[in-house]
Amino acid sequence: MSSKSKHKPRIGVFKFASCDGCQLSLLDAEDELLGVAGAVDIAYFPEATRAMSKGPYDIGLVEGSITTYQDAQRIQEVRRQCKSLITIGACATAGGIQALRNWKDVDEFIRVVYATPQFISTLKLSTPIAQHVPVDFELRGCPINKYQLIEFITATLAGRKPNVPSYSVCIECKRRANVCIAVARGVPCLGPVTQAGCGALCPSYDRGCYGCYGPMETPNTASLTNQFRILGQTDSQVARAFRGFNAWAWQFRKASEECERT
Amino acid sequence: MTGRGARTIRVDTLARVEGEGSLYIKLVGERVGEVQLRIYEPPRFFEAFLRGRHFSEAPDITARICGICPIAYQMSAVHAIERALGVRIDPAVRLLRRLFYCGEWIESHTLHVYMLHAPDFLGYQDVIAMARDHRAVVEKALRLKKIGNRIVQLLGGREIHPISAAVGGFYKIPTKQQLRDLVDDLEWALEASLETVRWTAGLQFPNFEQDYEFVALRHSDEYAFNEGRLVSNRGLDIDAAEYEDHFVELQVKHSNALHSVVRGRGSYLVGPLARFNLNFDKLPEVARKAAVDAGLRPPVKNIFRSIVVRAVELVFACAEALRAIHEYEPPAAPRVEAPNRIGVGQAITEAPRGILYHRYALDDNGLIVTAKIVPPTSQNQKRIEDDLREYAAQLVVWPIEEATWKCEQEVRSYDPCISCATHFLRVVVEREDVKD
Repeated sequence: MSSKSKHKPRIGVFKFASCDGCQLSLLDAEDELLGVAGAVDIAYFPEATRAMSKGPYDIGLVEGSITTYQDAQRIQEVRRQCKSLITIGACATAGGIQALRNWKDVDEFIRVVYATPQFISTLKLSTPIAQHVPVDFELRGCPINKYQLIEFITATLAGRKPNVPSYSVCIECKRRANVCIAVARGVPCLGPVTQAGCGALCPSYDRGCYGCYGPMETPNTASLTNQFRILGQTDSQVARAFRGFNAWAWQFRKASEECERT
Repeated sequence: MTGRGARTIRVDTLARVEGEGSLYIKLVGERVGEVQLRIYEPPRFFEAFLRGRHFSEAPDITARICGICPIAYQMSAVHAIERALGVRIDPAVRLLRRLFYCGEWIESHTLHVYMLHAPDFLGYQDVIAMARDHRAVVEKALRLKKIGNRIVQLLGGREIHPISAAVGGFYKIPTKQQLRDLVDDLEWALEASLETVRWTAGLQFPNFEQDYEFVALRHSDEYAFNEGRLVSNRGLDIDAAEYEDHFVELQVKHSNALHSVVRGRGSYLVGPLARFNLNFDKLPEVARKAAVDAGLRPPVKNIFRSIVVRAVELVFACAEALRAIHEYEPPAAPRVEAPNRIGVGQAITEAPRGILYHRYALDDNGLIVTAKIVPPTSQNQKRIEDDLREYAAQLVVWPIEEATWKCEQEVRSYDPCISCATHFLRVVVEREDVKD
């Protein structure tokens, strides 16, 4: 299927441990949905259709983290079926909120939630897709920004690189002409170390950024930790701040573990 | 397999539901054998990792249980925690929360009615295929959905996992003008919802009535969202704090999934049908009239008609949103301060799919000691299987493919959210279905 003129790219949407929110972003793109559906062939997307075509797929959108042995095997098969594999959201890209288990005894977690622990089969760690297979592109966020998803699809159709920034939330805050809540009001904010993409949502709603988009390129977490302490945050509070929806992203992980050591 | 042997209705991946599950029904001659709604979605252990987190994080963390109904999680979380802390919210905040919930109902119900459920009635695999023949209908649906999302976006910052809901109120509240800017859209949405009632009422419904125990919140003078007594058509009338005394989760052998039942009785139904049947008198006139004109009067006992009831709830949500906007006067502060203190609090709110129960125990630093969450789909799960056992009996003579699609449609009538249910259902994680 190499003829460029006729062939519509076949898209598959695959779910692992997640909340469904990132794939819902596609259905939430109300103005673009029918256009997208006209430009691509949605070959596998169980949340939206009962028609499920077999691979191979040109683009695989993968939501969710790997938390079970079966899923660790399934992602290998998904990778084989997808020419290009894109992780969508914090679970697929960094392990998600469920990666909080990674610092705990998961057997104890199972006992808390489940009455019959012996029936539960789960891995000790919740891990990002890239830890299992090569990933061609990552869309950050908890959830992703639907406009970044549309931009990704549009760019792919046009054969160009998607325009997805890797700078920090601070840049978006400046663009919105927000007064810095950390400087002006002493509110702890992860904006300086978090990748842009949300449009500086939390600071625009009078609260500190809590890091949905994960670490920016080369974040200075040590400096921010220090700043949080100056604002009166205890080490366990700082550790909790880094231990959110991207807790297992290594820069945030390192920052939270350093707080626990001091 | 045919003839006198066993036949199987088997759907390895249930489509057009949130999350991952499969369906397995064994037909032995004219008899229905095993019925299993299997959940293979991996567990994520929210109740476990909420421990040790500060109560202020609960609305953000629990939202991540479900990308489709995050507001429901945020609302049950803040109300339960406010109860634990003895926090009283401003009446204007209460009104904004109703408006917020209206946005989620509009968005979620529209998604389900048009994009997940209607294709079954009209014989399409999905809404995209439906749009080829019914472009205007689908475009109307997308606009309606977008208006629900606009409300959520304004009050919460974004559609999925909004960031403004807080214990005690909101991080930021809208101005009167910002709300007034929604009025034109909502007036259009109200008309579109009335059309949705008429449109759904014209669909074909299988003849399938069951004797359900309906369970929903009931409030003295509103169609309940966030407050009220939990009632049923079989005499249940309790406070949220008594929930765990009246509902138990039973282990079932076939799926190792705990099924929620009313103590001493059995399965029950939560969601639009339950709310409509128990609270018909609390619907605004415009919604009641639309229902009656469409031939709906309580009790509606045919689950396939839930698509019409959802449409009636769309009318309610649009009318209620307009009422809230007209009544709104901004509160003195976006939120009241919530002190760290020891306490236990429970709350039930009406998620689009039915009641959502949260309980938190907090320590004197405001950290969560224990959390319990019971989402609507885990409550409906046993009821879905009970239905299928009856419904499949009507289909034993049908070709297996058609019977399968009909059973899927029945399951989708509940708008099941498996992502939600999994963190609480006791599940065996397995991708391979059993072989017959």
